[in-house]
Amino acid sequence: MMNVSYRSFRSIGGGVMHDVFPAAASLILGADPKLLGIVLLSLRISLTAVFIATLIGLPMGAALALYRFPGRSGAVVVLNALMGLPPVVAGLIIYLTLSRAGPLGSLGLLFTPTAMIVAQALIVLPIVAALTRQVIADLWEEYREQLESLGSSRLRAIPTLLWDARFSLITTVLAGFGRAAAEVGAVLIVGGNISGYTRVMTTAIALETSKGDLGLALALGVILIGLIMLVNGIAYGVGSVARRYYA
Amino acid sequence: MSARERSPVLPLRLEDVSVVRHGQTLLDRVSLRLEGDGRTLLLGPNGAGKSLLMRVCHGLLAPTAGRVMYGASSLRTVEQRRRLAMVFQRPVLLRRSALANVLHALSVHGVPRRRRGQLAQEALALFSLQHLARRPARVLSGGEQQRLALARAWALAPDVVFLDEPTSALDPTSTQAVEQAVDRFRDAGVTVLMATHDLAQARRLADDVLFMCGGVLLEHTPAEAFFARPRTPEAAAFLRGDLVTGPFPRLVERLEEQCESQELDALQR
Repeated sequence: MMNVSYRSFRSIGGGVMHDVFPAAASLILGADPKLLGIVLLSLRISLTAVFIATLIGLPMGAALALYRFPGRSGAVVVLNALMGLPPVVAGLIIYLTLSRAGPLGSLGLLFTPTAMIVAQALIVLPIVAALTRQVIADLWEEYREQLESLGSSRLRAIPTLLWDARFSLITTVLAGFGRAAAEVGAVLIVGGNISGYTRVMTTAIALETSKGDLGLALALGVILIGLIMLVNGIAYGVGSVARRYYA
Repeated sequence: MSARERSPVLPLRLEDVSVVRHGQTLLDRVSLRLEGDGRTLLLGPNGAGKSLLMRVCHGLLAPTAGRVMYGASSLRTVEQRRRLAMVFQRPVLLRRSALANVLHALSVHGVPRRRRGQLAQEALALFSLQHLARRPARVLSGGEQQRLALARAWALAPDVVFLDEPTSALDPTSTQAVEQAVDRFRDAGVTVLMATHDLAQARRLADDVLFMCGGVLLEHTPAEAFFARPRTPEAAAFLRGDLVTGPFPRLVERLEEQCESQELDALQR
């Protein structure tokens, strides 16, 4: 048994592996249109999802940091726990909601990029909101007396705090983007991995790997990692320069 | 003078105000009345409760017992709150430019957007900060930061300004700039309440003196009288430079305690 599996691994490795890197390189360098379509769709979906989650998550996190209400501790615990929400579960929830028999089935959104955006936004929202809450709670501690002495209400303090925490919040949003760009479970369930329509980098990598087209899979993997690094690098650069400037 | 009379927050009165935290009495039945122009210096050793008293006066902190009255009302309306400004020992400046710090305060106060720019620039110029307007507030020097905090308070055109040991971390030059700012507030008819433990500074600035010790307000007198003839032994000791950590036991209190213990003894017998 051991020998057989060892030999079969060797045969795949020996037969395909040496073609993988040149194939990946030619796909990337040649700007293969199919590859480009997948990359652009991935970016569009993840960036839109992060944008929506940020729009909701920043004020939500800030409000949780500033306001006291019954059940607040419970809400914070749940929100923190939801940072670890498994993407497949988020996908399943959106699937059930959007499926023909579900409450929003009439919208006909299942297996569309819109459904994928919604699913990723659901995954990213707890991350943005929970990390924002922590950042804003710390800053509120520092600013509280000053803002109250100016006569600022808590509601008025939210935009002030969000703006002054902007460099820390970039990291928060990046964490959300990283999660959205990397997840495969949710987009697979609600998008269906339809070629040219809902196929994104992560689902394509999973599919091409199982089909044995390791060149395309690797090319996508390299691009995915490259994009995530690029986005993080830019944000880090902007953040550290600005942070030094504004202390 | 007429501006003072119209102010909705004056006279500012404290009636038997106490603050108790964790079973400790930090302010003990303080009563005082602030009105009119002038600079009232709040003197006392560290831990006397000066900062706490200022926060209670401003309304940042609710007293455990007693009442704080602004004009005729005990509740601070938004309009009244806007008449009070506070400058802290360590200025808390927003992570934005010096100008944006003043603009933000004006915005919170509901000043129309078109008027904010001019008011902010004027305030910065008055405190010699106009050349630093675009600089991030947090990279300014300690003295510049405190001047910015004062300019921010000035821009809000308050009736009363509370200054909580604004010079305790500053060098003599910066201290002088802050003291000039205090005079500027006074000249504009703003009521100034400033805490300090610096006696020389109090002599330079004070029109009136509040002296407190161990959470108790012991004196509220014109400055000349306070420095010439302090009425309480604590103030006299403080002026001599002796260590004063709390009010000295009073003869009356000692007698009362004695009587109580005698009564207890009688009851027990």
